Amino acid sequence: MAEPITVPTPQQIIEPAVAGRTETMVLNMGPHHPSTHGVLRLVLELDGEVVVNVAPDVGYLHTGIEKTMESKTYQKAVVLTDRMDYLAPLSNNLCYALAVEKLLGVEIPERAQIARVLLTELQRISSHLVWLGTHALDLAAMSVFLYAFREREQILDIFELVSGARMMTSYFRIGGLAYDLPADFIPTVEQFLAIMPSRIDEYEDLLTANPLWLERTVGVGVIDAQSAIALGLTGANLRATGVAYDVRKAMPYSGYETYSFEIPIGKNGDIYDRYRVRIAEMRQSVKIVQQATERLRELGPGPVVTSDRKVAPPPKREITESMESLIHHFKLWTEGFKPPRGDAYVSIESPRGILGCYVVSDGSPKPWRVHFRAPSFINLQSLAHMAKGRMVADLVALIASLDPVLGEVDR
Amino acid sequence: MGIEEKAGNLGIVTTTLETVVNWGRTNAMWPLLFGLACCAIEMMGAQASNYDLSRFGMELNRASPRQADLMIVAGRVSRKMAPVVRRLYDQMPEPKWVIAMGDCAACGGIFNNYAIVQGVDEVVPVDVYVAGCPPRPEALIDGIMMLHQKVMREKLSGKKEAPIRLEQPLVQVK
Repeated sequence: MAEPITVPTPQQIIEPAVAGRTETMVLNMGPHHPSTHGVLRLVLELDGEVVVNVAPDVGYLHTGIEKTMESKTYQKAVVLTDRMDYLAPLSNNLCYALAVEKLLGVEIPERAQIARVLLTELQRISSHLVWLGTHALDLAAMSVFLYAFREREQILDIFELVSGARMMTSYFRIGGLAYDLPADFIPTVEQFLAIMPSRIDEYEDLLTANPLWLERTVGVGVIDAQSAIALGLTGANLRATGVAYDVRKAMPYSGYETYSFEIPIGKNGDIYDRYRVRIAEMRQSVKIVQQATERLRELGPGPVVTSDRKVAPPPKREITESMESLIHHFKLWTEGFKPPRGDAYVSIESPRGILGCYVVSDGSPKPWRVHFRAPSFINLQSLAHMAKGRMVADLVALIASLDPVLGEVDR
Repeated sequence: MGIEEKAGNLGIVTTTLETVVNWGRTNAMWPLLFGLACCAIEMMGAQASNYDLSRFGMELNRASPRQADLMIVAGRVSRKMAPVVRRLYDQMPEPKWVIAMGDCAACGGIFNNYAIVQGVDEVVPVDVYVAGCPPRPEALIDGIMMLHQKVMREKLSGKKEAPIRLEQPLVQVK
């Protein structure tokens, strides 16, 4: 049995230093620091330039999202999930919607399922592009950032086309989608798919064999599979250690079991492997989007929300014809639907790892408790384990490679 | 097509000191590299290839507040972060300006709760408010242009104008 891995707290580092019991230096990194990807504060214990210990201090972006959700109806709480992991709002929407749908036990139409898979995979690409751009920027490769954001803008244009918003889409609602996909959706996605594989090659040309990049990433921030599992590491960070665990394969949702794709894995668990895994994931996502686009085309038009009138409002024209539909509509917008008492947990594979949503219902139109298992938060606790004995400059690369989103860490 | 044409062959240009100073300040504004939440991603978008903020002489983001003269508060400010924001503002040398980017920084946005400061103007004086959740890069650039115009009107006596509030841009529903 290996020694248990502990995560230090800021106090454990600061107190002995203030009391003058240590020879090491304590340095504060953040919350305002360009390479902490937001407002993360790290308390570093340094021996010269070597990191002896590092303790993350979180909460600088605490927004009270989980608590605020308790005061909204189920449907209205969707907008709050967007602002949690702001690089992947659609993944958050999906996770929350799936959890409430599990509570309600509603069936989602095929067209909505496909659209959900398609858009979350596009979201995964766009999220990985921000990771790639900022990671490279932290290691002083400026041009990759400009390349990555070029394609990201194209994906954001697709989101704007379907939902009217670039980032905070709130497009996946409980029971299906907010509204149907526009007519020119499929051609726009296909246009993007036609160029994306060659653009990923372009990023790889810039970095994969770049000696400066290799120098900074190979063998840096290594973690073995056993420790990674012990620390609860998920997503690309876990897969880089060689563990082929992906919720899309292990516990498929939204029909992922019917798509053909592979799970890219690494070997050494270092920063370079995490880079390779995420690049390969983008290629796999392109493959899934291709399949989903074909399915959408074959399926043709159809409903995008559940036919359960207790959850989704009836179509507008029915309201003028049927008294019952009018009552349903009125009840849904003034009061909201009431799921039965109980709880539900759903986990999905977000771009950062396993995103879980736990919803407890007390039978009222508002959730009694909503909790999120935020992958960024849990991935961050492995930082001390990986950074010990490395230089401060390696720590910068390490934070970027973990791809934390502070909005999700603090919620 | 430059200053030579305007000045003819006289070699002399008459203007006011205020105009020259303000012209210099607007064309080389150094924003603080400071992102808080979602809006910071759109701010990055504004600086990246498609929107290219360097067209306005603003590509040089400084990570140190001592080298910056514009603070773009991009995102929600929590109660734990508020003292840090103030400290960063205090560390910036005069003259300095603040743009509150997004609804959260302007008024707390959708987060009317215990954790979020209801508008960053409770902590630092704001010059321009940009609406949106998050504002599009175009909206941020509009806010920056508005700030540039405001700086051009500034007097050397140091009297500051009241803040400008940008209206919410109309959203086209498809």
